[in-house]
Amino acid sequence: MSNDSPARETSGRALSWTPSQRELERQAARKAIGRKKALIATISSVIVIGSLIRLVITSPGWQTVKKTFFDWAFGGEVLGAVAKGLIVNVRLTIIAAILIGIFAMTLALLRTSRSAALTPFRIMATAYVDIFRGVPLLLVILLIGFGVPALRIEGLTNSVLILGTTAVVLTYSAYVAEVIRSGILSIHPSQRAAARSLGLSASQTMRHVVLPQALKRVVPPLLNDLVALLKDTGLVSILGVTDAVRAAQIASSRTFNYTPYVTAAILFLLITIPLTRYTDRVLAKSIKRQNAQGAA
Amino acid sequence: MNVLEVKNLRKSFEENIVLNDLSLAVPDHTATVLIGASGSGKSTLLRCINLLDTIDDGSIFLDGKEISDPEINVDDVRKNLGMVFQSFNLFPHMSVLDNIMLSPVRVHKIAKEQARDEAMTLLRRFDLADKAEQYPDRLSGGQQQRVAIIRSIAVKPRLLLLDEVTSALDPVLVNEVLSIVRDLKADGMAMVLATHEMGFATQVADEVCFLKDGNIIERGPASQVISAPQQDETKDFLRRVHEAGRL
Repeated sequence: MSNDSPARETSGRALSWTPSQRELERQAARKAIGRKKALIATISSVIVIGSLIRLVITSPGWQTVKKTFFDWAFGGEVLGAVAKGLIVNVRLTIIAAILIGIFAMTLALLRTSRSAALTPFRIMATAYVDIFRGVPLLLVILLIGFGVPALRIEGLTNSVLILGTTAVVLTYSAYVAEVIRSGILSIHPSQRAAARSLGLSASQTMRHVVLPQALKRVVPPLLNDLVALLKDTGLVSILGVTDAVRAAQIASSRTFNYTPYVTAAILFLLITIPLTRYTDRVLAKSIKRQNAQGAA
Repeated sequence: MNVLEVKNLRKSFEENIVLNDLSLAVPDHTATVLIGASGSGKSTLLRCINLLDTIDDGSIFLDGKEISDPEINVDDVRKNLGMVFQSFNLFPHMSVLDNIMLSPVRVHKIAKEQARDEAMTLLRRFDLADKAEQYPDRLSGGQQQRVAIIRSIAVKPRLLLLDEVTSALDPVLVNEVLSIVRDLKADGMAMVLATHEMGFATQVADEVCFLKDGNIIERGPASQVISAPQQDETKDFLRRVHEAGRL
């Protein structure tokens, strides 16, 4: 348990030596082991994955499956319409993400505040989160998308796109509020004590000490929610919004060929896979940073 | 004039009585050192003075003003109190300079340039000027604790509370932290400190208080309490400290 171990100071020093004979032998041995492992991995992958592919494409139903789901000529034909739909999903995701960020932050701050004056809001925020976290998103979309226009209130929008987005924002704000709140609660009480003992008020402590650390910690789970949000925007298609899902559905229903769905799926994956990989990288970095802090 | 007066303080956590009718006075520009085994109430006393814990009975006065009054603005009280923790508690997302400037700028509303100049002056004085832009995780424990001490005195408190500030440090790093405390004492900073370093206690203390079971069993100059204790409990404690090799 050394407190005096600023590891980076040693890295500034040039460490150079001629490896011993024994070390050279060890390095050669490690290399040989590594090569052997790589060879085994390659052979076994080729055998297992290759035979699975062979099994699928040689099976009697494969031609039908291929025609129904992977008709690339048809897929190319509908690509434009589906891609145009996907732009709706992406736009909706961006707008919703901004609104969710603001609303969720408000909910999280209300739930963690101890101010007496805010008590009614704290109760409402808690109830809100409980309700919207526990109700299926699809149900909320149906309720708002079809329910609100049924009220026939003058001046209220009937745009399914706006109503659908509202439903998504309402539900996701509850999820995201809980993520932010867990981040706030994960900051050690000693940080709060240090800030308060310097004379910072409760809200100054939250703003300058707790929140910056908490938000940094919840970036990976929030990126996860962003991926989920993009996928779930597909649900607003049920209201008749022509997004990627709806565009695929229209194209597919004309021909009873399901390639448009696969096309839409691939387009979603083109966004979600890089985003997920990026999330993994951010997460790995944050774990590394926290471990480094723990050792300091 | 006493900076701090603690009268008949009581504090318990559920069944566990931590402070039992404890009284203490700290004259201006003096250092009061609290010694005693872990669990004797030293840290709790410091936390009560800083209003981080609420007391069960008794009263606390800072510069003659009762701060144990529930109506009092705790943020105003803490403007006059510096607190240094055993585990440093620097803010990991801020540079050394920002850690030190936070309270002067946000709480005491000092202009940023002036706060920066004052912080740099302190860092230079304690040989940490080259660490100003570093983040706490790049510093050794001793450096972190020295920054934490500078952070607490940057707002020129009336009284400095130090809670076992060297207990989390390697023996070789203890001295660089203690030497800052010695310097501050020489400046005339009034302080209350809990410590297990008896040699250090002897050097800085105007008064040493030996705590046991939430009360002060013996108090007086270090030459008495540490060098020639009168009470059996004090003798027993010091013998055990001595056996542990810390005297």
